[in-house]
Amino acid sequence: MTSLWLSFELASCVATILLFLGAPVAYWLAYSNWRGKFLLESIVALPLVLPPTVLGFYALLAMGPRGPLGKLWMTLFGHGLAFTFTGLVIASVLYSFPFAVQPLMVSFEAVDRKLLDASAVLGAGRWRTFCHIILPLSVPGVITALVLSFAHTLGEFGVVLMVGGNLAGVTRTVSIDIYDRVQSLEYAEANYQALLLLVISFAILCFVYAVNRRAWTPWTAK
Amino acid sequence: MDREIDPSSVFASIRAERRNRAASFVLDVSLEAPPGITILFGPSGAGKSTLLDCLAGLVSPDAGKIIAGQNVFFDSAKQINLPPQKRRVAYVFQSLALFPHLTVGQNVEYGLNHLPQTQRQTRVAEILEAFHVAHLRNQKTSQISGGEKQRTALARSLVTAPRVLLLDEPLAGVDAELKASIVHDLRAWNAARRIPILYVTHSRDEVDALGERVIAIDNGQVVSCGAPMDVLDAPRRKRLAQASGFENLLSGKVLDLRQPDGVMRVRLGGTACEIEVPLVHASTGDRVQIAIRAGDILLAAEPPHGLSARNILEGRITSLERRGAMMIAHVDCGNAKFVAHVTPGAVRELELGIQKQVWLVLKTHSCHLVD
Repeated sequence: MTSLWLSFELASCVATILLFLGAPVAYWLAYSNWRGKFLLESIVALPLVLPPTVLGFYALLAMGPRGPLGKLWMTLFGHGLAFTFTGLVIASVLYSFPFAVQPLMVSFEAVDRKLLDASAVLGAGRWRTFCHIILPLSVPGVITALVLSFAHTLGEFGVVLMVGGNLAGVTRTVSIDIYDRVQSLEYAEANYQALLLLVISFAILCFVYAVNRRAWTPWTAK
Repeated sequence: MDREIDPSSVFASIRAERRNRAASFVLDVSLEAPPGITILFGPSGAGKSTLLDCLAGLVSPDAGKIIAGQNVFFDSAKQINLPPQKRRVAYVFQSLALFPHLTVGQNVEYGLNHLPQTQRQTRVAEILEAFHVAHLRNQKTSQISGGEKQRTALARSLVTAPRVLLLDEPLAGVDAELKASIVHDLRAWNAARRIPILYVTHSRDEVDALGERVIAIDNGQVVSCGAPMDVLDAPRRKRLAQASGFENLLSGKVLDLRQPDGVMRVRLGGTACEIEVPLVHASTGDRVQIAIRAGDILLAAEPPHGLSARNILEGRITSLERRGAMMIAHVDCGNAKFVAHVTPGAVRELELGIQKQVWLVLKTHSCHLVD
């Protein structure tokens, strides 16, 4: 059970970090008029098309004892990054980035520009407009971003395997654990965990689609 | 460009070019709006909303100056361009742009963030009272009617004590009675404060109801300004004539000029009809456009005699339809087609009907020459 718990811990950390990291990127993508915007959009979308092993490979190189991130970590904290929980969080943040940014961007873009103009004319700066107008009107997008990045992190395999290795209680997440058990022919245990993950993932997706269909909304409906 | 400016009026002399893939549009205007209501009138796409966006700071002009009283909002020569937050310009959009997740009270309070809480509350209560929406204070804006939304939007803009008020067709889609009562509240509010109000509309009725001053804009330029009567009853541009309700727009060729009488004769295009119109700067053979209101045309069932009107044209009624308390008659005078308004009573008395022969009577000065 520790592996499932570890997966939840990892997914919660990643989802929270991604919300704060993804929001400014999504805001910039939604409102910037810069012509080269497509470049950043492509970079954000990269993890969607790359094999997780590629991402994991480069993450491992960067975090290794000779990689820039690994060296920096070594001087700051006195230990390496590879095969640690923190290293796993960093790699997962990269891997799940589009799942946070895209729903946020879409819901920011959907806010009526006239409301932003009205807010500016009424004296509100960008930060106030963001907190009081854009964010409250993007609640479904925020929920979607949180839940999707949580679910996506919960289900990742390749990146974890590359960066985390397989240390019980530290980096052995549930997806790795299932793989291990199948390898050692413990089908009953594997099935139990796999089924649990399936049910959880289905429940999460139901929640996301219900929010986006406005089956219920966080504020009283129109 | 240095000139005396009324200390409380708003003055703008700007040039703004807006380009999209299809076309480029140039707004190039110079205007001054003193305290009170100034109407910006013109067909859609004339540049009225772009002008308001420039005044509010949502769009930056390419060149020029915008000054409200003592405050320079924009000056390309001195590289001054105040952001919208610093201009204290109130702007009510056509869509109103009320914040849907906030209540009426919260919407109105939004622009008072800089004030202490107690002061905010009194200001909000005051303005909600003045615009008769105090009872809606805790309602979401999605739950109130169209007229209440318009009142809320006005209250939200005016509570900030703005230097200028911009209204972009804020009363579109409201019936005349409600419109009159909202305008009354607006005037009452402005009586003590005397700020310039720029009111965009393309509805002739609103001009008549509000009119103090009208600035007519077409194709990015000010085409005329003055009292509503002067601007709209003698339009000098074809598109403006259409917008201000001239149903008949005819083209013709100048036959001769009669300087002493102040008139000229024009043959309508493709016909033998000749009419007398006011003299303008033109020469024989020039093509001209003539605008005539459908309400300025008289219909006669017999050839009329002894009239002062100089133009009498013979034709046949091609269609007759009822619109409200009015009958609209289409008359064909041999390739020249006219629209005339008559009352249902006149239709009965003259036994007007389709194919009936009629005579149109036009006063010379009901024929307006437009570009």
